[in-house]
Amino acid sequence: VHDVVVIGGGNAALCAALTARMAGATCIVLERAPREFRGGNSRHTRNLRCAHAAPTALLEESYTEGEFFDDLLRVSGPDTDHVLARLVVERSSDCPAWMQRRGVRFQRALRGTLQLARTNAFFLGGGKSVMNAYYAAAAQSGIDVIYGADVIGLDLDGASFRAAIVSRDGREERVEGRAAVVASGGFESNLEWLRQIWGAAADNFIVRGTPHNTGTLLRLLLDAGAQPVGDPHACHAIAVDARAPKFDGGIVTRLDTIPFGIVVNSGGERFYDEGEDMWPKRYAVWGGLIARQPGQIAYSIVDASVTGRFMPSVFPPITADSVSALATRLELPAARLETTIETFNRAVRPGVCDYTVLDDCRTEGLQPNKTHWARRLDTPPLVAYPLRPGITFTYLGTRVDERARVIMADGNPAPNICAAGEIMAGNILRQGYVAGLGMTIGTVFGRVAGEEAASHARE
Amino acid sequence: MPVNDLLQRGTHVMTVCNACRYCEQFCPVFPAMEQRVTFSAGDLNYLANLCHNCGECLYACQYAPPHEFGINVPRTLAEIRLQSYQDYCWPRALAVMFRQHSLATAIALAFAFTVMLAVATALLNPGALTRDASDADFYAVIPHGVMVTVFGGVFGFVLLALWIGLARFRNQTWSESAKSEKSDQVSFRALRDVLTLRHLHGGGVDCATTEDYRRPWRRWFHHCTFYGFLLCFASTSVAAVYHLVFAWHAPYDYMSVPVILGTLGGAGLVVGPAGLLVLRTRRDPALGVPERERLDDAFTVLLLLTSVTGLVLLFARHQPAMPALLVVHLGAVLALFVTLPYGKFVHGVYRASALVKFAREQAAEQVATRVS
Repeated sequence: VHDVVVIGGGNAALCAALTARMAGATCIVLERAPREFRGGNSRHTRNLRCAHAAPTALLEESYTEGEFFDDLLRVSGPDTDHVLARLVVERSSDCPAWMQRRGVRFQRALRGTLQLARTNAFFLGGGKSVMNAYYAAAAQSGIDVIYGADVIGLDLDGASFRAAIVSRDGREERVEGRAAVVASGGFESNLEWLRQIWGAAADNFIVRGTPHNTGTLLRLLLDAGAQPVGDPHACHAIAVDARAPKFDGGIVTRLDTIPFGIVVNSGGERFYDEGEDMWPKRYAVWGGLIARQPGQIAYSIVDASVTGRFMPSVFPPITADSVSALATRLELPAARLETTIETFNRAVRPGVCDYTVLDDCRTEGLQPNKTHWARRLDTPPLVAYPLRPGITFTYLGTRVDERARVIMADGNPAPNICAAGEIMAGNILRQGYVAGLGMTIGTVFGRVAGEEAASHARE
Repeated sequence: MPVNDLLQRGTHVMTVCNACRYCEQFCPVFPAMEQRVTFSAGDLNYLANLCHNCGECLYACQYAPPHEFGINVPRTLAEIRLQSYQDYCWPRALAVMFRQHSLATAIALAFAFTVMLAVATALLNPGALTRDASDADFYAVIPHGVMVTVFGGVFGFVLLALWIGLARFRNQTWSESAKSEKSDQVSFRALRDVLTLRHLHGGGVDCATTEDYRRPWRRWFHHCTFYGFLLCFASTSVAAVYHLVFAWHAPYDYMSVPVILGTLGGAGLVVGPAGLLVLRTRRDPALGVPERERLDDAFTVLLLLTSVTGLVLLFARHQPAMPALLVVHLGAVLALFVTLPYGKFVHGVYRASALVKFAREQAAEQVATRVS
């Protein structure tokens, strides 16, 4: 019997395990993925948001707790659990040092060009490097890690954890523990569950992260009477290249071309203002927009005049010298696409184009208009990228208290079950996203859950 | 693997990397890559020779095998780099031949040169091989003039071949250069990167042996090898000056400058190559090209053979075995020299050139950023 059973193998899970072990508890980590794909969605992350009062080796200037809190509330809305949000913000500042002590390396805060250099500490080599460091630290401190361990059931005594039922290599086994930390992510890669929300459209979604976040533990906990938190239908989704792999495409499948041209659906029609706001504030609306288009597909079309203005795509652009040739290559109705582009070009008003501000280049008389960065598409070749909704994470989670304990339907905390990471992020983030927040929530609550579980196990 | 497939894979890898950029602070390869949108053969050869094979980016990569993108930057660049040694080499046919069985060829060459020297000495300088060697007079075995002619000739050929290789490398990679800025400061930066092997611990930690194992030894053994080589070269140069300018003739005292330099250098060339050979067996095979295609071992073994025979010769120079030891040592040195342009040695030439190019491109980018 281990003192603490950690279910999950991403950032929050390892933070919990390392903390519990440090507190003297024996610990086992049940990671569902094989070793090569360990680390859940954390392996795709790049940075962590943290408050700091003065410039550090990792972060420029300062980012006060108040500012961080405001940034969080601005996207998440008033329903956010303020106590938990404050906890995350307050405890964010010592995360980098804590991580460094466990072998995590950060980038130097060199590149002033990155908008996030003030608010976010960047991992050297990205999230997979972080996970490598954590797993190495886990091995060193004597934490047992089981890969390919699919937790399919929980043995509970009321709301008290007794054992996890693990399926591994076709065999079932019980893993008993005095306390459990559930850090197994959301349900964004559970296609069946997504279908219940989005219908057949879900079949055309691309899952940006791990295929292992099927929400099994979320479902088990909710069925066992844990209080849900967050919109069960909501997910964070962006526009990704339609040629991306179904799972685990990560960062490279995103496309930043949208503000530089127009986006049409499979009917060759525009359907949303491509220049509504600065791209970092708008990229996350496009997943949902495309999900509502026929066939869940759209095409970003730019012309040669903006080449080099966006991050290069991992997939080759589809190019053509004329609209009709492009329509053929994209299998779009040629006449319709020609009309769309002609009408768009005619509607462009004169202006001074500047992609760094909300400029005065816009269209007039269109439905919908493009309100900024509207330039005629007339420099051949035309360049297109197919787009699909790429789902990042889901918001539904289990309610927890400030000790990361899972709150049951009667309002009382489960005595020895904690939750950390994406499975409880909905307490703090109800909608939207601020870059690097997921890793902050995972790190802070992973540590809180690890302390709590270890102290319970010692009693 | 056919060259086109290799370049195509290099392009695939760099395209994924350029859309990700998580590794950008590990080493110069990634910032250099970010200055490019497309990747020509010249670009790939430049990036491949810029890579120090520290291994960090493989372990950090979310797209590493078994991911379907199958990204392995260290191995892909190692393969391109190996191909580039052959492409730039002069004459190419020799490089192609040498690569077939480089280690066996290297040892066979050392053996053949030893036999040739022994036979020539026996025929042209009767009795030299069996003479009383207590005077430690190498030139009584092989006359000074003969040594200068043979080694001078080989050395001249080696320099020419290396120079042509470098010219070809620059011709292909520098012609497609991004903007570049030249200054003393930039040259200094490049020189520092060459001399310190800074990019073998660019990530703040030493280069990876395996995923979770990072130690400084690869860097230190390389330093031993590199500086050992330089010290031996310095020793020979000082001795040449002694001989030609001051007419002070060998053998030199154990506490003389040439012998001290040579002994230190020889020690470095024993410790360094031996260490590198051991480390190579422990390194994660995923980081390099497959065993059979490697050139490293031939060069390293010849270095080791040269240094060991040289040190033995030094300490046994008054013994009757001296003439035989001298012939063996010179055979090893000849084999080492002759194979320099066709083996692993060239990595130093191209890596240095790539680091200079990198320093200049970065300087140009900084200028551009300041202006805008």
